[in-house]
Amino acid sequence: MSKKQPKLEARDLNAYYGDFHALKNINIAMEEKNVTAFIGPSGCGKSTFLRLFNRMNDYIDGFKVEGNILLDGNDIYQKDVRVDELRKQVGMVFQKPNPFPKTIFENVVYGLRIQGIKNKAVLEETAERSLRDAALWDEVKDNLNKSALALSGGQQQRLCIARALAISPSVILMDEPASALDPISTAKIEELIYELKNDYTIVIVTHNMQQAGRVSDYTAFFYMGELVEFNKTKTMFTSPKDERTQNYITGRFG
Amino acid sequence: MPHIDVELERLKTKLLEMWDLVEYQLQSGREAMLTADQELAKQIVKRDKKVNQFDVKIDRMCENFFALFTPVAVDLRMVLAVLKINANLERIGDTAEGIARFAQKFETPVHSDLLELTQAIPMYDEALAMFAECRVAFISNDPKLAKAVIKRDKTLNKIYRKSDAVATKFMQQNPDRISEALALLSIIKKLERVGDQVTNIAEEVIFYREAKVVKHKQDKKKKKD
Repeated sequence: MSKKQPKLEARDLNAYYGDFHALKNINIAMEEKNVTAFIGPSGCGKSTFLRLFNRMNDYIDGFKVEGNILLDGNDIYQKDVRVDELRKQVGMVFQKPNPFPKTIFENVVYGLRIQGIKNKAVLEETAERSLRDAALWDEVKDNLNKSALALSGGQQQRLCIARALAISPSVILMDEPASALDPISTAKIEELIYELKNDYTIVIVTHNMQQAGRVSDYTAFFYMGELVEFNKTKTMFTSPKDERTQNYITGRFG
Repeated sequence: MPHIDVELERLKTKLLEMWDLVEYQLQSGREAMLTADQELAKQIVKRDKKVNQFDVKIDRMCENFFALFTPVAVDLRMVLAVLKINANLERIGDTAEGIARFAQKFETPVHSDLLELTQAIPMYDEALAMFAECRVAFISNDPKLAKAVIKRDKTLNKIYRKSDAVATKFMQQNPDRISEALALLSIIKKLERVGDQVTNIAEEVIFYREAKVVKHKQDKKKKKD
C-alpha cells in the first residue's frame, strides 16, 4: 500500500539564530486538508518553525537552516525555488491584523495586482469569493471602497485571511491569528478555520490550549527547540505520552 | 500548590468522605443482617439520604470544575473518574439500604445453617474487602491493586451462581423458612451487584492512572471464545 504524500514535511531539520540552536532535529509530516496546531511555551521554536514553511526567516541575520522542508514532496529551500512563487502556495496570517492602508477591495486583490492581473471581472470575482470564504462578505459587500482600517479588529483579521485566500494558496500558516481578538471574533476565526480545512492545509500556532483542542486535527508540542510530541489532537489532550506535554497542557509547567 | 491541584484535592477529599460513609453503611448492613437489629437497619435506611447528598454535591463539584478549569489529560481523566466512581458509590449506598430493608424483615437473626450453606458471610466479607482495597487503590494511585480487585470479583460471582440451587434445596427441605431464604437470596444478589460496582470503580482507577479503558474487556474475551 502506498503511503499518502504528506502536504508539508520537515526532515532532520535544524535551525540556528547565530550560535543559538533554535530547532533541534525536527521530523514531522502533515497531511493535506488537516489543521495542525503548534503549541509550546514562548521561545520554544514553534513560530520559527511555522515561518520556515514560507521562508519568512530568510532575511534574519545569522539565521541558518539545515535539513529539508518539503511542500508536496519538493524541498522549498532548494536554490531554484522562487520565494514569491512559494508564497502563492503558502499564505500567512499574523497575530495582529495588518491590513494595508487601502480600501477593502484593494487589500483583497493586492496579491493579484502584484502578479499583474488587471482584468476587472477577475479581480471582482476573486474579491467576492475570497471575502465569502473568509466569512466577511455579508458585512462589507456594500462598503468595498471603504478604508480597511475602518474595520474592527476581528473584521481586519478576516480581511487578512481573505487577502491570503485570494492568491489561491493550498497551505495557510497562522501565527496566533486570534490572540488579539475578543471572544466573538475569536469564535468567528475558529469557525472559519473549521470551514477552510475542507480546501486548505492549515498550520496554526496558538497559546490557547482550548483553541488548539477545538480547531486542530493534529497537535505538535514544542519545548526548547525540540518537537516533544506530535499526535492526534484528541490523543494529545486526553492521554499525552510525554510527561512534558502533560505538564504543559495541564498548566503545571516549570 | 497550584489552584487546580487545590480544587482536585477538594474533590478527592469529598469523594473519600462519601467512600467512608458508604463503607460504614455496608458494614452496618452486614451487622443488621446477622443480628436482625431493627434499629440499626432503620438508621441505615435513614443515612442513605446523606449518601445521596454526597452524590449531588460531588456531581456539582465536577460540573463546576469542568466549567471553570476545562481540564485536559490526567486532570480530565481524574474528574471523569470521580464522576463515575461517585455514581457507583451512590448505587452501593442504595444496595446497603436495600440490605437493611431486608434485614428489617428478619424477626430473628438468619440461621447459621442457612448462612453456611449459602456462604453469605464469606461473600459479604469478600465484598467489603474488595470495597476497602479499591479505596486504597484510588488513594495510592495504584492501578495494579485495582486490577487485583477486579480479579476478586470472581469469588462473588461463584458464590452467587451457586446460591439459587442451594436456596431452592433449603426451601424444599424447610418449607417453613421460605421467606427467610428468599430474603437472604435477595441479599446475595445485591452483594453480587456490589462486586460489579466495585469492579466499575476499579476500572475507573485504571482509566485515570493509565489512560486505558479496561471495562467490557471480559465481554470481548467471551465473544472471542
